[in-house]
Amino acid sequence: MNQMPTRRSATDLDWDRVRRWGIYAGLTMAFLSSIGMVESLDKRLIVDPILSLGFLALLWVPVAFGYAATYEEAKEGMAAPEKGERDLIGGLAAGLIGGLFFVAFIAIADAVDLRGVFPRIGPALIDLLTFGRGTAVGGLLWLMISGLLGMFGGLLHVLPVRVRRAVTNALTAVFLVALVEIAVVDIFESLRLTVISDWIYAKNGGVTIAGAIVVGALAALSSVRSEGDAVVRFRTRYATMEGDERKRFNLIAGAVGLVLAVVLPMVLGGLTNELLANVGLFLLMALGLNLVVGYAGLLDLGYVAFFAVGAYTTAILTSPLSPKWTPMLTLDFFSIEGWVVMVVVVAVAALSGLVVGTPVIRLRGDYLAIVTLGFGEIVRILFLSDWLAPAFGGAQGIRNIPAAVAGPAEINGTKPQTIFYLVVIFVGIAVYVAWRLYHSRIGRAWAALREDEDVAEAMGVETTKMKLLAFITGAILASFGGMIFAVKVGSVFPSSFKLIVSIIVLVIVIVGGMGSIPGVVVGSLVLIGILGGPTQPGLLAEFGEFKLLIYGALLVFMMLRRPEGLWPSVQRQRELHQEEILQDAWLKAEAAADSAGER
Amino acid sequence: MSDRVPVLEFRNVHTHYGPVHILKDVSMQIFPGELVCLLGGNASGKTTTLKTILGMVVPSSGDVLVDGEVMTGRPTADVVMRGISMVPENRRLFKRMTVKENLEIGAYLRDDDDVEEDMEKVFDMFPRVKERLGQKAGTLSGGEQQMVAVGRALMSRPKLLLMDEPSMGLAPILVQQNFDIIEQINDAGMTVFMVEQNANMALSIADRGYVLQTGQIVLEDTAENLLANEDLRRAYLGQAD
Repeated sequence: MNQMPTRRSATDLDWDRVRRWGIYAGLTMAFLSSIGMVESLDKRLIVDPILSLGFLALLWVPVAFGYAATYEEAKEGMAAPEKGERDLIGGLAAGLIGGLFFVAFIAIADAVDLRGVFPRIGPALIDLLTFGRGTAVGGLLWLMISGLLGMFGGLLHVLPVRVRRAVTNALTAVFLVALVEIAVVDIFESLRLTVISDWIYAKNGGVTIAGAIVVGALAALSSVRSEGDAVVRFRTRYATMEGDERKRFNLIAGAVGLVLAVVLPMVLGGLTNELLANVGLFLLMALGLNLVVGYAGLLDLGYVAFFAVGAYTTAILTSPLSPKWTPMLTLDFFSIEGWVVMVVVVAVAALSGLVVGTPVIRLRGDYLAIVTLGFGEIVRILFLSDWLAPAFGGAQGIRNIPAAVAGPAEINGTKPQTIFYLVVIFVGIAVYVAWRLYHSRIGRAWAALREDEDVAEAMGVETTKMKLLAFITGAILASFGGMIFAVKVGSVFPSSFKLIVSIIVLVIVIVGGMGSIPGVVVGSLVLIGILGGPTQPGLLAEFGEFKLLIYGALLVFMMLRRPEGLWPSVQRQRELHQEEILQDAWLKAEAAADSAGER
Repeated sequence: MSDRVPVLEFRNVHTHYGPVHILKDVSMQIFPGELVCLLGGNASGKTTTLKTILGMVVPSSGDVLVDGEVMTGRPTADVVMRGISMVPENRRLFKRMTVKENLEIGAYLRDDDDVEEDMEKVFDMFPRVKERLGQKAGTLSGGEQQMVAVGRALMSRPKLLLMDEPSMGLAPILVQQNFDIIEQINDAGMTVFMVEQNANMALSIADRGYVLQTGQIVLEDTAENLLANEDLRRAYLGQAD
């Protein structure tokens, strides 16, 4: 069984692939430049003064595409592809081809005025892209940079695993440290340790060179010491924990989380708190949608409707400017009035879940998605309509929603800390509810429903009831999100409840991992925390206008490469890697048969 | 026989899908402990009959009785609760759920504490199922899947087990094994109602049989008589005269 890998020459490459990925790289860089990404993001520095976010948006391309150009699949049962100087050559070639295309793009942009069609391609961009040294020198520089970075991408295949991990970890760490700049500065400021933050971060933003070197070195060192991927290790460890140990771990994790949730808002500044509150708000909705889509398998594209219903109900109950009904209740969590508000919000949400759910319950798959999409829009348009304006204020919406009250504390958007605390409490409730439901008879019924509706029904699962229950629970969680949103913003307008909200919440669930609670948490942190929500800025606030492009690209990438999400539920992982599992089982059986035969 | 209460009875049942008349005046009785088969070709209304029993399709006239009680129009969950359970055509396990989860869904409507005990009974009958408990149902072989499907149906503690085309999609040796299982369950006292195209196989283990043709019961007799029936032999047993 010992196959000697045949020696391959340094040029024995899939040249077709190299050429293809090289062209892709060039086109991607040209595309990113022509939509103005490089220019707009150039103001945000990652490493001061050598690297801005704008250039990072270009420079990752040759690395990633150089890596892809020389990627060879390790096939089961075959000798592993032999790595060597060949990969460096392939990466270099792909980088050079990409660079060539990109330089051609710069030259054309310089020679022809394209501003009529591409308003972002102007002299400023050319100047930026050629480093202010003219097309000839700039072009040569780009060829060099692109080629070297492509070679670096190819090199990643050749490096021993440990070294590769050290390199990638160091780069990721520097990027992450630059990413969370505002939060870290906040924390160090409240701890009166500005000495440290001033040393790590430069005055005009970004990590200082010395800071980058230290951070990178620390990250590289820590990865060299550890074995394998920390997250994977943690997850395997967690999965193998027995009852008591797991309980203890959950308890400790919960306590740490609680302490963090209490302490963090105090040491963080307004901007970071605002950001975390947004993350929590979307997390709350994503947890709700996860019940509907991830657990029960009902694709709901109109989920924003319930968010809107929650927000409007709160507005009507509390605002003195509500056009028709003005009960002017105070959302005081320590008094009957506040509980009345919450009960009404829940009741209205449940009712709307029922109203939307009942007619669509017989529809499946695509049809369900299309109809719920319509319902979501109907709700927004109803709130916007002149017909219902006497009750909901039409396009003007409802303003002057007063702060919520908890004992002596006032909760409103001007004090993002308070909103953050409120969000944390509701997210806690939502996580608990989702977790309990998942492990209950209802969760099992949802799983069966998702797998095979007909058989589930034949086993006695009350399919209609269970589907409605999923819709209603999801609606209630979204309405809490809406309630907090109304209090936070202080006013509600129909334009806050566009289709894009539904889509972004769905993307969180998909990218995070359908049916997985930790996945949804990770999804919200990554998407809302880093990229930002539909109107809310994230850590990379500069992404603003490119947010949807990145959302889309991320979604496509995830669907192709990691359809189970960032942190999948055990069940989903099973579903999507069924074939591999089957193949493993088959191979194992073969091996067992072989060894039995040898004996 | 007539003094006993049938586990399942069809009284002049007519079923429509929209305007299309599927079951036409079907009357049947299945008594406790019997193994009855319903024979019929494609599109004869076999699956509709099962759906009607389970209340997934409501008859347009006539009644379905379980233990002498009219169940027409009652939801499926009620019918399952009364002790009727089905092994679907092609087994249709919840493929991505574990074997254990599949069995648990079978006991979905039960709220007593003996579920574990019944699971042990399933393991006694099919020791293989116990070995596969934590495995995804979709990774099992066809024969194992059949065992899980039967086990899942038994988990609801049924009085009457419905089998939808147990020979469908299985290799001949597995078909034989499958019919052995059915016979074994029936010998243990379970009433079985089996829908089959493979008349020869079905009649070899059944007590009685009904023959369904384009929605009508055209023949009804003991298994021996049906096996000897010339018309049936021509129609189903592939024997040219």
